[in-house]
Amino acid sequence: MKNLFKHHETYVLLVIIVFSAIITTINPNFLTLENFFDLAKSYSFIGILAVGVTIVLISGGIDISFTAVATVGEYVMAVMVIKYGGNMFTAVLLVAVVGIALGMINAVLIYFFNIPTIITTIATLNIYYGILIVISGGKWIYALPDWFRNFADIRLFTLRTAQGLEYGLSIITATWFAIIIIAWIILRYTKLGRGIYAMGGSMNAARRAGFNIFGIQMFVYSFMGLMAGIAGLVQALLVQTVAPNSIVGKELDVIAAVVLGGASLAGGSGTLFGTILGVTLIAIMGNGLTLMRVSSFWYDVFIGLVIIISVGFSAYQRREKVKRTILVEGE
Amino acid sequence: MTDLFLSMKNISKRYTGVKALDRVDFEIARGEIHCLVGENGSGKSTLIKIISGVVKPDSGARIEVEGDVILHHHSIDSILKGIEVIYQDLSLFPNLTVAENISLSQTIASRSKIINWRRVREISEKAMARIGVHIPLDEQIDNLSIADQQLVAICRALTSEVKLLILDEPTSALTRKEVESLFTVIKDLQAKGIATLFISHKLDEVLQIAEKVTILRDGKKIETLPSRGLTDEKLTFLMTGEKMEYSRYTIDNRHEEPLLEARQLSIQGNFRDISFKLYPGDILGITGLLGSGRTELAEALFGMNPFESGDLFIEGRKISIKSVQEAIRLGIGYVPENRLVQGLVMNQSVAKNIIITTITRLLNKFKLIDPEKRQRSITRWIKNLSIRIPAFDAPVHTLSGGNQQRVVLAKWIATSPKVLILDGPTVGIDVAAKSSIHDIIRDLAGRGMGIIIISDEVPEVFHNCNRIMVMHKGRIIAEFDSTVTTEEEIQNCINMAS
Ligand SMILES: Nc1ncnc2c1ncn2[C@@H]1O[C@H](COP(=O)(O)OP(=O)(O)OP(=O)(O)O)[C@@H](O)[C@H]1O
Ligand SMILES: [Mg+2]
Repeated sequence: MKNLFKHHETYVLLVIIVFSAIITTINPNFLTLENFFDLAKSYSFIGILAVGVTIVLISGGIDISFTAVATVGEYVMAVMVIKYGGNMFTAVLLVAVVGIALGMINAVLIYFFNIPTIITTIATLNIYYGILIVISGGKWIYALPDWFRNFADIRLFTLRTAQGLEYGLSIITATWFAIIIIAWIILRYTKLGRGIYAMGGSMNAARRAGFNIFGIQMFVYSFMGLMAGIAGLVQALLVQTVAPNSIVGKELDVIAAVVLGGASLAGGSGTLFGTILGVTLIAIMGNGLTLMRVSSFWYDVFIGLVIIISVGFSAYQRREKVKRTILVEGE
Repeated sequence: MTDLFLSMKNISKRYTGVKALDRVDFEIARGEIHCLVGENGSGKSTLIKIISGVVKPDSGARIEVEGDVILHHHSIDSILKGIEVIYQDLSLFPNLTVAENISLSQTIASRSKIINWRRVREISEKAMARIGVHIPLDEQIDNLSIADQQLVAICRALTSEVKLLILDEPTSALTRKEVESLFTVIKDLQAKGIATLFISHKLDEVLQIAEKVTILRDGKKIETLPSRGLTDEKLTFLMTGEKMEYSRYTIDNRHEEPLLEARQLSIQGNFRDISFKLYPGDILGITGLLGSGRTELAEALFGMNPFESGDLFIEGRKISIKSVQEAIRLGIGYVPENRLVQGLVMNQSVAKNIIITTITRLLNKFKLIDPEKRQRSITRWIKNLSIRIPAFDAPVHTLSGGNQQRVVLAKWIATSPKVLILDGPTVGIDVAAKSSIHDIIRDLAGRGMGIIIISDEVPEVFHNCNRIMVMHKGRIIAEFDSTVTTEEEIQNCINMAS
């Protein structure tokens, strides 16, 4: 029990429960399965990106460019499948290739020029996005193929409300969950995953211990790129239009969700479970405020407040921990 | 010679501005216990980094391990050859658990890409059993004391087929008792044919454990000698080229008003009923084993961990110190024990680190930093503490460990506080520099500052303090006037308590 309260996740979970209780008393529609499946689907986009960001943060870096990568992946995919036809498999392949390639460029720049990751990726965000806008002219794409439209409606299982409305686990949500599981296995059970934690804890020590730093960075940023590509695809599936300017600008929402979940911007710490909670909290707040008919402007204020409280709280806990160690040594 | 394990010829390393190593030849036999000594910045750590492959030597070098010439490019090459290094900064992963840290080399070396958590625990348990320590496997490293962290680093080195264990200043954070058990481990390893190379500034330890001693000075190898027949003085002379004189510090100041007076200060679980007076010109030594509450006391006086009961007076005025800012405003300075973690901005220049605490005094009438004042202040401190730097704007992390320590000292002394608390001021500092730092401390005291030195080393407090307090389990158990006591008496008092 005492151990439980050492974890950041416990507190986030408590906050989620409290929020949910408040929202439900105001609007009972909140606590329905239907609403949950809906939420999970529409937050898959942020959720998938958050998985990538979590890994980047654990490795001790940061990536800002993922929204641009997602946009480029989405756009290239849409143009190609409209022009040459194809199926869902080609669509996934396209976003994956674009995402991984752009991620690899990030990794190479970071490793060889040794520029801080935040600066590198701010620069590549602008480059990737800029090139896309120049070439595409910022045109929106609406004429997506039918198979693409139909795919978005696939459910792994379907339930019915009392009124006869259908809902269930969307294939999009399922993709997000599958990604979480794969990422969790990588982080927990592979040498690579532990290398990512080690590198985030101390780059110098990791180098001395014999980790292949370039290899790890290559994986981390390519994985982020892959996540961005898939998220771009998910976004296109969700809204069924491809708008070049709809994703860029959401970076901070995603990073906020991950930081809420306990990952530290200093690197070396963070868990996927925490990230899931972070995304959940953000989703619930967004949804809850709508259900409570609070103006959406308040949403940003709330997110800001919750982040400050969350980060401030972990910093406070760390200080208390230091005090406790002193006490033990004194006796 | 068939039993040579490592042989290095013609090793040089030039950094911009300094020659860290200059045509050094060096060898170690199987199972040998070898010590590397030299002043701060003489190139010891650099030599070790070359052995381990973290740093590449300049061309012309030739390194053989067990007769094979090796081209060192990555640390993994030397690890596979059975060379394990414990660095001055330990190089542990603060965010991982004890078990993971210990088993990490094995994890990397193993061909499997999958982690087997049961094996991780087994490996760590085995390594700990080997030296008979028990540290909770699931504890995160940054929750451990430095001494425990050191043990973890040693355990990690013991997990592989190690043939040469290299320790860069392993004993600087350990208590006497822990040092003894470390030495037992080293002797044990020797019985198994494992060689140890270790760096230390504590010459008595060097002479106690080493079979051979290699002396470096300014990047050049002076000599390799068998330790039998060597003495402290001889070693010091070889390292520095000069003879050291020890003198005592005494002062008559009881007629003055105390600078600082503590009455019955207590913090639950840390220390109890601490009372003392510190007069201008006093150098008060506080000694006792690690964990006796001395560091906690210092932190309380500096407002980091405010005391819970008791009274504190500065120049007769009753005060309470609730924060570090307050302490600084009241004229208290504190140089912490852990030089690498606290107090330095590692990738900023030496110059910037030194002036950071005194920046407001370097302003001109437009409230901008006066470049001339700045330069004067920096030059003065670098000279006073003979800090050896490649260049003014060299980042601190390029300095040798001991020189980093001096930068921390300079930074705090530059604020010229009324009361200066120094926790382990010369840990990891070579003999020559030690005495120059002691001289500076005496000089400051001579100008009316009150100084508190916290130290493990009885000779250090004995020679440099006019009064010495021994702490044990959070209480002051004895107080000595250095004019009427002996080193042995103080040492006995500590030994009796433990
Ligand atoms: N990365 C670097 N860039 C520039 N100079 C360096 C670098 N690393 C070390 N040096 C310089 O090389 C010299 C030797 O340093 P080294 O760390 O080997 O000393 P050391 O003998 O281990 O000293 P200490 O006892 O203080 O730890 C020093 O003058 C140091 O400033
Ligand atoms: Mg060194």
